[in-house]
Amino acid sequence: MTAQVLLRGRELTRRWGGLVAVDRVSLELERGSVHAVIGTNGAGKSTLINLLSGEIAPSSGEVQLLGSDVTHWPQPKRARAGLGRSYQRNTIYPSFGVIENCRLAAQARRQQPWGWWRDAARDESTLAAARDAAARAGLTALLDRPAGLLSHGQKRQLEIAMCLATAPEVLLLDEPLAGMGAEETERMLALLAELKHGHAILLVEHDMDAVFRIADRITVMVNGAVIASGTPDDVRASAEVRTAYLGDH
Amino acid sequence: MDRSKLAFVVAVFALLAAWPLAAGSYGVDLVTKIMVYAIFALSLELLVGTTGLVCFGQAAFFGIGAYAAVLLSPAEGASLVWLLPACVLAAGVYALAVGALSLRTKGVYFIMVTLAFAQMAYYVVHDTPFGGGTDGIYLTAKPSLGVLDLDRAGVLYGFTLACLAGTFVFLGLLLRSPFGRALAGIRVNEQRMRATGFSTYPYKLAAFTLSGAIAGLAGFLFAVKDGVVNPELMSWHLSGAVLVMIILGGLGHLRGALIGAFAFALLQEFFQSVAVFGAFAKHWHLGLGLTIIGCVALLPRGLIGLPARWRERLGGRAFARAALPAAEEAAR
Amino acid sequence: MDVATFLVQCLNALQYGLLLFLIASGLTLIFGIMGVINLAHGSFYMIGAYMAFALAPLVAATFGGGFFATLAVGTVLAVLLGYVLEWAFFSFLYEREHLQQVLMTYGLILVFEELRSLVVGDDVHGVEPPPLLSGTLPLGELMTYPVYRLFVSGVCVALAAGMWFVFTRTRLGMMIRAGSANREMVQSLGIDIKFLYRVVFAAGVAIAVLAGMVAAPVSSVYPGMGNSVLIVCFVVVVIGGIGSIRGALLAALLIGAVDTFGKVLLPQAAGVLVYVLMALILLWKPSGLFKAA
Repeated sequence: MTAQVLLRGRELTRRWGGLVAVDRVSLELERGSVHAVIGTNGAGKSTLINLLSGEIAPSSGEVQLLGSDVTHWPQPKRARAGLGRSYQRNTIYPSFGVIENCRLAAQARRQQPWGWWRDAARDESTLAAARDAAARAGLTALLDRPAGLLSHGQKRQLEIAMCLATAPEVLLLDEPLAGMGAEETERMLALLAELKHGHAILLVEHDMDAVFRIADRITVMVNGAVIASGTPDDVRASAEVRTAYLGDH
Repeated sequence: MDRSKLAFVVAVFALLAAWPLAAGSYGVDLVTKIMVYAIFALSLELLVGTTGLVCFGQAAFFGIGAYAAVLLSPAEGASLVWLLPACVLAAGVYALAVGALSLRTKGVYFIMVTLAFAQMAYYVVHDTPFGGGTDGIYLTAKPSLGVLDLDRAGVLYGFTLACLAGTFVFLGLLLRSPFGRALAGIRVNEQRMRATGFSTYPYKLAAFTLSGAIAGLAGFLFAVKDGVVNPELMSWHLSGAVLVMIILGGLGHLRGALIGAFAFALLQEFFQSVAVFGAFAKHWHLGLGLTIIGCVALLPRGLIGLPARWRERLGGRAFARAALPAAEEAAR
Repeated sequence: MDVATFLVQCLNALQYGLLLFLIASGLTLIFGIMGVINLAHGSFYMIGAYMAFALAPLVAATFGGGFFATLAVGTVLAVLLGYVLEWAFFSFLYEREHLQQVLMTYGLILVFEELRSLVVGDDVHGVEPPPLLSGTLPLGELMTYPVYRLFVSGVCVALAAGMWFVFTRTRLGMMIRAGSANREMVQSLGIDIKFLYRVVFAAGVAIAVLAGMVAAPVSSVYPGMGNSVLIVCFVVVVIGGIGSIRGALLAALLIGAVDTFGKVLLPQAAGVLVYVLMALILLWKPSGLFKAA
């Protein structure tokens, strides 16, 4: 049975004046798999993720989400259609509690702006989704803690929890392991392994050990273009990758 | 809202309700003006403190509410039933138009655009005969509704108090509603809101329009109180003044708007007082300017942050931690 | 409108537009390099105009100098004022949020207005152009055009060109541009970024003051002139587009044209026209005419 392709980027290109940040990159995200994108700094990984999420418009190419052409959809519309994203730098709301962070994210799928008299903090449907997302990210014990007071690793977990609270089908994760210690990394990897089932995950990461452990497919980018794409073994064996990373033949 | 804050608000409104019994006509007139300022400040608090949109053109909506009250009133006086909503609507419509064009810009540019659109309204009433020019226009007869005759100072005071209380309660409910929470999220991190799936433009536009409508209510009350309107009601000095009010009181709190309006009005009275400054009193802008600079430099959290600061000074940081929402500290 | 009148109005529009461009450049210089929105920028323009009025007799009495001597003295004073202001006040604004900068510089406007009121008063004054430049040039058979207005346009072009030259062709300009892009890097290279900012700020102030001094004979000297010009400068920046110098120039010239011809053709609506222009352009291009490269 072929896996279902949930997100497809086709010949995505992004130019800034004379500079080509992303050069005809194509990739597919399948349900139940983790697709990692690796490359040196300036390889265009951030731009690629921004093209897929909708924060930047491509100069050419298309993006398809769950079968629909979303190339000209703005980011919020893609998010509501099932595209979740986490950021390299924490984008949590530090002054709100952990539960409110997740609840507000959950509210995106249940927007009811008309009920001006309703107390949002007691809204059961968003609260339930929030508790669920927090539980999956391992934050149940910290629901009432103001998010600004969490440890760095916990903040990264919250970042993922907020992503999950919107019930996405596709997850674009930008360096979720950034700044984490060994124990926190293990926890996050376990979470990602669990999330794999039922979601399609794009993972941009610098931690090579983690990438090779958890990824089902790896795409390697250099100077905006894809130089290799395949299973971890394929990539390890690829001559182009060796040249790019190690400088030998 | 926790107990101490609720007690504070209840106390303020109780004092306001009791004030006419103790004060003479000057005192009643002054506090009526302050309450109008407070409604005006609340409108801006929704925009700046809650949603994070720094608008430097709020006076335009205030002025439109005021001018509408005068221009729409027939010679024998209008009925409140339609005049009040009409003025609020007029201000809201202009806010919708300005917001639609301005909200595509961000940051400093948003500040500049809102200021420019307010100037546009100013020039319309200043230069064209439509607005009566620099002399302004007089309100020949004040509106009424049955026994509610706003021509009487006591009735106007009570009506203004009711409007202030109503606005305060409405905004309090709005801020904890799903809509209000979304606005709060937009202020903290608009990008995250978008990434989560909120189209932020409609939310901001709704907040901007609502804020303009409430400012129009304040303008309506001001026109009824004074019986005359002039272009200065749309000047950017007034836009600056209302911004100062909410900073002075404390951004991010509805009570801050109340405190700020009172503090600002009292400061104005003080600096303009001939008794204190003699001939120098006509240069009261100097005192005001220095106070604004001092206040922003030394009291970034406004007057509302004072109790916490004193607790810090007297009781040490541990004591203050328990009192202040701890996350605010962590987030700074 | 006959050809000669049209030509006169075109030249007036050009002169006003260039003046706006110059003042707006000072404003965006400070904002672009140091990230400070300075509402008091218009006040410097007003100070310049009042200086042209108030300093002239002093300069004449002390060194017997005329208009150009006053310009020179005024410019020196402006640089000093900018230097001191940056050190005493503005350097504290760099790290602050825009809202705080807006309010503190708004407070500064009030302070400047009252100080001016105390020192020089609130009267409206005219300033005579210097004898050298007070002639007229013939324009067609019947009309003439004041030489002084051409001088004003010339000064604006010269100053703008000078700024461009310093920015793009000198070491100082290079350091300034580097400092605005990456403050820490420049500091670690041993360049005194504080001094650099002070220089930039003083330059911005001097430009506004000089613009005021030069414009005084044309626009007369009145209390609200600083605020009016500030808001129009904002419109220039908004119409022109974020960070675009080309846009600012085009916008300034457009506004000059709309305002000048508006006053002649539709005097009652003249004040509003500039804002209507802004609204129309924002409708068509929400981010202004040009985006920064």
